[in-house]
Amino acid sequence: MNVVLLVLQAGLRDLSRNRWIVAYTLSFLGIAEGLFWFGGTGPQVLLSLLNLVLLVLPLVALVFGTIHVYASREFVELLLAQPVPRRELFAGLYLGLALPLAGAFLVGAGIPFVVHARDGATIGGVVALLGAGVGLSLAFAAIATWIALFTDDRLKGVGLALGTWLVAAVVYDGLVLGAAAAFGNYPVERPLLGLMLANPVDVARVLVLTQLDVSALMGYTGALFERTFGTALGTGIAAVALVTWCVIPLGLAGRRFLRRDF
Amino acid sequence: MITLDTIRKRFGALDVLQDVSLSVRTGAVTALVGPNGSGKTTLIKIVLGLTRADRGALHVDGEPADDAGAYRRAIGYMPQAAHFPANLRVGDVLDLVKQLRPGEAVDNDLARAYDMDAIRDKFVGTLSGGTKQKVNAVVAFLFRPALLILDEPTAGLDPLSANVLKEKIRAVRREGRSVLITSHIMAELETLADEVAFLCDGRLRFAGPVAELLNHTGGRTLEDAIAGLMRSERAGRRTAVVTAGPIPGPSWLAPEPEGAA
Repeated sequence: MNVVLLVLQAGLRDLSRNRWIVAYTLSFLGIAEGLFWFGGTGPQVLLSLLNLVLLVLPLVALVFGTIHVYASREFVELLLAQPVPRRELFAGLYLGLALPLAGAFLVGAGIPFVVHARDGATIGGVVALLGAGVGLSLAFAAIATWIALFTDDRLKGVGLALGTWLVAAVVYDGLVLGAAAAFGNYPVERPLLGLMLANPVDVARVLVLTQLDVSALMGYTGALFERTFGTALGTGIAAVALVTWCVIPLGLAGRRFLRRDF
Repeated sequence: MITLDTIRKRFGALDVLQDVSLSVRTGAVTALVGPNGSGKTTLIKIVLGLTRADRGALHVDGEPADDAGAYRRAIGYMPQAAHFPANLRVGDVLDLVKQLRPGEAVDNDLARAYDMDAIRDKFVGTLSGGTKQKVNAVVAFLFRPALLILDEPTAGLDPLSANVLKEKIRAVRREGRSVLITSHIMAELETLADEVAFLCDGRLRFAGPVAELLNHTGGRTLEDAIAGLMRSERAGRRTAVVTAGPIPGPSWLAPEPEGAA
C-alpha cells in the first residue's frame, strides 16, 4: 500500500473514533431528523440545514482542523523521520483530516434525507446541499492546515482560524452589501459577482440555492449570479469555484509543508 | 557512516548551528551533549531531514542526503516524547511504521522484552506516559538501520525498562551499528557512550572519545568533564577545539589565548 493510503488509513481510524467527530455527526443527524420530526417538508429541512451548514461547518472545519494539525505535530515529525517523501505524507495527512470531517457531515446530514426520501426534497437539492457541505469541509480543512503550517504559535493559529470563520461566514456578506449600497450609482454587478466567488461560503450558498426555487433567499449577489448566468451555467460556475477553493489553499498548504522546517 | 560537514543553521537573528562538522562512527555510541539551547535538537533534525541546513552538507555512507528521504532507510529515530494519535491502537502504530518501511528486516527483540503483544489492542490515549515511551522505543528499534538517533531515550521509563533499553543499545553497538544519543543524565551516557560531541552556542566544542575528554579536562566523570566545559563557556573562557578526521580521530581541546574569547 502506498504512503498516502497508509497515512490516510491511520487518520481515518484515529478521527472516526474521535469524540468530537462523533458528536459532530450525531448533531447533524439529530438536527436534520428533528426538523423532519417536527413536521418540516423536504425543501424546508433543506433550507434550514443550509443555514446551519454555512455557519457551523466552516467553524468546525477551521477550528477542529487547526487544533488537530497542531496536535499531530510530533507524530508528523516521527513520520517525516521515516524514508517517505514529504509530498505523499502531506497528501495522506490532509485527506486523513478532511475526509473524516466531510464523511461526518455526509452521514449526519445525509441519512435523514434517505430515511425521509418521500417527504418532497428534490434529489438535485439534496445532492447540492451534501456536495456543498463536502466542498466546504475540504476547502476549510485545507485553509486550517495552511494556517497551522503558517504559524507555530498555536494561540495565534486558532485566533487566525476564528478570524477567518468570522469574515467568511458572518462579516463578508455585510461588507458586500455595504459596498453595493455605497457604489449603487455605478455598474458594480460584475465586481460583486467576483466578490461572491471570492468567498467559499457564498459560493456554497449559491450552489445549493440555484437548485431550489428560492431566489429571495439568495441574497443580493446570489440573485445577481442567477440572473447573469442562469441555473445550469450558474451551478457549473459555482461548483468549479468551490473546487478551486479546495485546490488553492491545499496547494498553499502543500507548498508550505514541503518547504518548512519541523 | 553519517558525516555532517560545516553545517550552519540560523533561525531569524539566532545562529543555532555554526559550521558544525561531525562524523558518527560506525559501530560506536556517540553522545551529543550540551546545555539547553545549544543546538542538539536542531542538529538531530537536520540529520533526519526535518530541518534544512542553510549551508553545509550531510553525507550518508559517502552519498549526499537528498530531499526524497530514501537515505532515512539507514536511520531509526526515537523522539524525546511519544505523541501518537490517541485513538490509534498500539498495534495500529506499529503496523503503520512497519508498512512505511516495507522490505526492511524487522527486529522484534525490544517489542518482546516490553511485551507489546499484551497492549497491542489498547488505545494509545489510555496508556501511561512510561508505557507510551516504551512504544516509542519499540518503534525506533523495530528495524535494523545503520544509525539510531535516540533523544533522551530513558526519560519516563521505570528502572527495569530503562535497563532493558540500555542493554538493547549495547546490543546494537555489538552488531556494528551506530547510535547517536542525547541525554541530560551524564552517568547514563558514561556507561553507554564511546564518543562525545559537546555543543555550546551552536558550535562544536569537543568531539572525541570519552576517555580523551576526561583526560583533557581532568574530570573524574563525564558529568564533571561536561560541567567543567560548561563553566568555562559561561565564564567566557572559550575552548578552541580542533578535530582532525572523523571521530574519534585525534581531537584537541585547548584554551584559546587570553583575551581571544
